[in-house]
Amino acid sequence: MSGIPHDHYEPKTSGEKWLHSRLPIVGLVYDTIMIPTPKNLNWWWIWGIVLAFCLVLQIVTGVVLVMHYTPHVDLAFASVEHIMRNVNGGHMLRYLHANGASLFFVAVYIHIFRGLFYGSYKAPREVTWIIGMLIYLCMMGTAFMGYVLPWGQMSFWGATVITGLFGAIPFIGESIQTWLLGGPAVDNATLNRFFSLHYLLPMVIAALVILHIWAFHTTGNNNPTGVDVRKGSKAEAEKDTLPFWPYFVIKDVFALAVVMVVFWAIVGFMPNYLGHPDNYIEANPLVTPAHIVPEWYFLPFYAILRAFTGEVWVVQFASFITGGIVDAKFFGVIAMFGAIIAMALAPWLDTSSVRSGSYRPMFKWWFYLLVIDFFALMWLGAMPAEEPYASFSLIASAYWFGYFFVILPILGVIEKPTAMPATIEEDFEAHYGKKSDASAEATPAE
Amino acid sequence: MSHAEDHEGTRRDFLYYATAGAGAVTAGAAIWPLVNQMNPSADVQALSSIRVDVSDVEVGTQISVKFLGKPVFIRRRSEEEIAEARAVELSELPDPLDRNANKPGLDASDENRTLDEAGEWLVMMGVCTHLGCVPLGDGAGDYHGWFCPCHGSHYDTAGRIRKGPAPENLPVPVAEFIDETTIKLG
Repeated sequence: MSGIPHDHYEPKTSGEKWLHSRLPIVGLVYDTIMIPTPKNLNWWWIWGIVLAFCLVLQIVTGVVLVMHYTPHVDLAFASVEHIMRNVNGGHMLRYLHANGASLFFVAVYIHIFRGLFYGSYKAPREVTWIIGMLIYLCMMGTAFMGYVLPWGQMSFWGATVITGLFGAIPFIGESIQTWLLGGPAVDNATLNRFFSLHYLLPMVIAALVILHIWAFHTTGNNNPTGVDVRKGSKAEAEKDTLPFWPYFVIKDVFALAVVMVVFWAIVGFMPNYLGHPDNYIEANPLVTPAHIVPEWYFLPFYAILRAFTGEVWVVQFASFITGGIVDAKFFGVIAMFGAIIAMALAPWLDTSSVRSGSYRPMFKWWFYLLVIDFFALMWLGAMPAEEPYASFSLIASAYWFGYFFVILPILGVIEKPTAMPATIEEDFEAHYGKKSDASAEATPAE
Repeated sequence: MSHAEDHEGTRRDFLYYATAGAGAVTAGAAIWPLVNQMNPSADVQALSSIRVDVSDVEVGTQISVKFLGKPVFIRRRSEEEIAEARAVELSELPDPLDRNANKPGLDASDENRTLDEAGEWLVMMGVCTHLGCVPLGDGAGDYHGWFCPCHGSHYDTAGRIRKGPAPENLPVPVAEFIDETTIKLG
């Protein structure tokens, strides 16, 4: 599968040969887990495994939760309480599922920012990046619909606000919104279809994950230097890489264990820390909670949605040139989705030929500012929609777009990159010392 | 791929287009029921008209009733509220239209928003025109009408948007007095 030269699976026994000539599945698995992996990968490269773990965790806990849940407006809230109080170990399963979603997003954000810093999105990995963005979108859809299922106040009003985004589309918005909801407002029809889709989308994610892995196994992993693995010969490639199994599996599993310590501490001792207390009040269509806040992982984009009010000149200008078709409401929706599309376009907006931010003296600082900006937006999304937060949100949103549409294209032209190692082997030896022939098969130290 | 000059090719092209066309129609016919099933079902559509007894509503108070899955505010306004709403210049209003299904297309003056001539009864959907939250009533917000807690939209005592992200005045649904104390919605 990989363009890096390496040993392929050879069936040895007659049984293996029999299967291999009919379905080469063992070979597929072998080549996948033995993929030559750059040996200088640092700890930022462990989040892919955490994400794979999260997907499995969510599907497994989700499937068993469905055995006790009832998707009906009169029964949903009570059935979740039933899970919490009566079902054997039900509270633990539900807390794992709810906090599992948070871990999923922690991991995906670190994974995305890893890619943004080390230029993992650049040629030839654009397809991997785009598939990753699609996975992220599916994750957001799944998480949003999953949050509606307990039918608490935040479930209901979150669903009302988010489906209202579609109502902002000019001319056809209201019809689309009614179609999505199955009625004039969020009600039983909405709950039922969200339940169905919440179960479906993870399967789509699983399929996309396979494509994601396939894509980066075709190009090979990026690495902290951004320097390509030498592909001239197998011997040369082996100086830059190690097989994924067992070297990186052990490393990733160790990292996963550390992450699990934190995760289980949260699940066990503070399972509601990331939730909202209002979601333990049953949904009431006639009372809006004083302050609707989405789950923490949506806050940065929620802040961008709210930032563009009618008082902002860009919004007024957009409204003027489109003859009022793009109003403040629709502009906010465009901005929110645009913020994600901007990320997806990074491979074509970044004009620098240097992948890794380690060798880009100016890029580094703009990138760190983007990370700060992301956390600032997350904080602002949780604040009430009033001054001074509104102005801060606007500035932070402007930087988000500025980074992708202005800074990335310009930096590639004006920046002078610093010296890069010629090979991955050179980078590895600079960090860990040159491997002498004697120590390669060394006798154990005395 | 065109074979315009070729007699046999033209015939083959026709078959391609006919097959592709038939395939597209069949695919559309197969997909449409799958899309349409998500539209409101018959029982949901049936609840499109209700009657509300307003005999208990005192001056200066309001009730909320559920209509089409959404709250409807029925407010019996006080003299001060009426006076405050009528004192507003039309030029101060972000949304110049009355948004009244009973009087479509008129300007947003207070007289065009209320159910009766005197302006005592104000009936409107209790759904913020920004993203659909239920605004808080009883004099909430900077303009003593309604205030949406979700994203900070302020409505005045006639339910007109004055400040914040909401683009339109709170819409007035089709409504009428069918006797002294009963309002029919829808």
